[in-house]
Amino acid sequence: MKKFDTKVQYLKYKVLREVARHAWNDTLIEKVLDIPKTIVPGKTSTMRCCVYKERAILAERVKMAMGGDKENKNVIQVIDIACDECPAAGYEVTDSCRGCLAHRCEDVCKRGAISFDHNHVAHIDKSKCVECGMCAKVCPFSAIINRKRPCQLACKVKAISINEDNAASIDDSKCIQCGACVYQCPFGAITDRSYILDVIDLIKKSNHNQKYKVYVLVAPSISSQFSYAKLGQVITGLKELGFFTVIEAALGADMVAMKESKELAEKGFLTSSCCPAFVQFVKQQFPKLLEYVSHNLSPMAMLAKYIKDNDSNAKVVFIGPCTAKKAEAQLDSVKDYVDAVLTFEELQAMFDSKDIDITTLGEDVLDNASYFGRIFARSGGLTDAVKQALSEQNIDFNVNPVVCDGIEQCKIALLKKSKNVLDANFIEGMACIGGCIGGAGCLTHGEKSKTDVDKYGHEAYEKTIGDAISLLK
Amino acid sequence: MKITVCIGSSCHIKGSRQVVEQLQYLIAEKNLGDKIELGGTFCMGKCQKGVCVTINDEFYSVTPETVDEFFNTNVLAKVKQC
Repeated sequence: MKKFDTKVQYLKYKVLREVARHAWNDTLIEKVLDIPKTIVPGKTSTMRCCVYKERAILAERVKMAMGGDKENKNVIQVIDIACDECPAAGYEVTDSCRGCLAHRCEDVCKRGAISFDHNHVAHIDKSKCVECGMCAKVCPFSAIINRKRPCQLACKVKAISINEDNAASIDDSKCIQCGACVYQCPFGAITDRSYILDVIDLIKKSNHNQKYKVYVLVAPSISSQFSYAKLGQVITGLKELGFFTVIEAALGADMVAMKESKELAEKGFLTSSCCPAFVQFVKQQFPKLLEYVSHNLSPMAMLAKYIKDNDSNAKVVFIGPCTAKKAEAQLDSVKDYVDAVLTFEELQAMFDSKDIDITTLGEDVLDNASYFGRIFARSGGLTDAVKQALSEQNIDFNVNPVVCDGIEQCKIALLKKSKNVLDANFIEGMACIGGCIGGAGCLTHGEKSKTDVDKYGHEAYEKTIGDAISLLK
Repeated sequence: MKITVCIGSSCHIKGSRQVVEQLQYLIAEKNLGDKIELGGTFCMGKCQKGVCVTINDEFYSVTPETVDEFFNTNVLAKVKQC
C-alpha cells in the first residue's frame, strides 16, 4: 500500500492532516502552535540539523496548509528556511578525472573552456563555459557532472533563480504554477498554498448541505490515484466528508470537446485551453498567440458554471492533480464558478483528518462522462476527443494536431507558430509530462497511470460524447 | 410545469439518459414543448429510488421501462389541470 512517491509528500500530508483535524474540531486557533511538535516530538532530529529547525520549518508548512502568505499572489511559494541552498555551480570536474591522454573534453569544447593542470587533470574556465554539457557527455569516466539545483532543473520555464541569501526564488512573472518544482525539490522547500481550510469551512457552514449544496468535481486522473482502494470507495469517502454529491469533471471535458471542435473548424487554427499552466505560459511568453487559445472555459470551469446556472444554491469544489488549477480558480473568468480547489494529496489528508479509512467503505458509483471526456487526463486524449467531436457533429474538418506532452514541447510548438512555420492546425498543450496524470498534486506517478486512465475511460457507461452531454440540454 | 430528471452518477447508470430522451420524444409528440420545462439535476438524495424524477417538486421513481406509463398517468393528467 503505497500512498506517496516521496517522503516530502508524506511530511506535507501530515501537516495538512493535522491542520484539517483541528479545523473540523474547531481547535485550530488554540492548537496551531502545537502542530510542529506533534509531528516532530522529542529531542532527536530526523530530517535536519536539530529538532528546532525542523519545527521552525514545520511552522512554515502549517502556514502554507492554512493558505500561505496572502500578500504573495502566487499559489507556489518558497519556504526559504527549508531551502538547503543546494550547489548550483553548473558543470564541474570531479575527482574522478584521471588525467587521461585523450582529452576528449578539451576537443569537444567549442569555447576553449577546458584546460589542464600539472597532473593533467581537467579544469573548466567558468568565464568561457556556456553549460552545453558536451564535455560531460564525452568523458569516459563520467568525471564531469552538472551541479544544478533540482528546482531549477524541474522548472522548464526558467522561473527559478537564486536570491542574495542563496535560497531559491520564484519569478512570478514567469511561473506558470505547474508545480514541477514542488514535486522535485528534495527538501520540500517549494510548496503550493492550500485551500483545505476553505473547503472544510464550506462543508461545515453548509449545515449538512441544507443551507447550500457543496458539489465536488473530481478530475479523471483520479483513476490513477488511491490505488490502494477502489474508486467507488473514494466516492463514498467524499460523501462521508460531507460533500453533497460527486460529479466527474470529465463531463465538463465532454462539453469542452464539443465546443472546442466547432471553434477549431470555424477559426482554422486553435490551441487547447484546458491546461491552466499552458494558458498562463502563452499569456506570459507568447502574448501575440493568445488569440488562438480556445475561448472555451476549462472542463472544470465549464461544468462548475453549468451546475451554478442550474442551482443558484450551489458551491463547487474541484479536486484534481493540479496546482495550476488553484490559480485558475482565482481568475476573474472562473472565480464565480469554482469556490475552492484541492489536490489529491490534500484529499488524502482530508480523509485521514476525519479518520475515514476508505478501504473499509462500500462502493458508490461515479459515472457522468464518456470515454473521451475521461481520457483528457492523459496526453493525446484531448486531441482524440476533439477528432471524435468533429465526427459526431458531422463537421468536415481535417485536424492536423500537434500533441505537446510537457511544457518544453509546448514551447517548441508555440515558437514555431509564432514564426509561422508550424505544420499543424491544432495544438494540444499540456504542461505536465504525460498530461494531468503527471500533475504535481498526484499522490503517486507511474508507468501504469496512462493504462489506468484508458481502462477507466472504457468503463464509462456512455461511449460517445454526444450521449454523455445529451442530458445537459 | 417543470419536470426535473436526476442525471447524477447513480441515476445515470440506471438509465436517466433513456428517461430524458423518451420524455423529450413524448413531449414533442404531444406538442407540449411550451407547457413543460424539462431540466436536469445532479442528485436528489434518493439514489436508491432512481431514476429520480420530480414534477414541480413532487417526487417520482421512474425507470426506462416505466417512463411511458409515468408520462401518461402523471404528466398528462397534471398538464391538463394547468
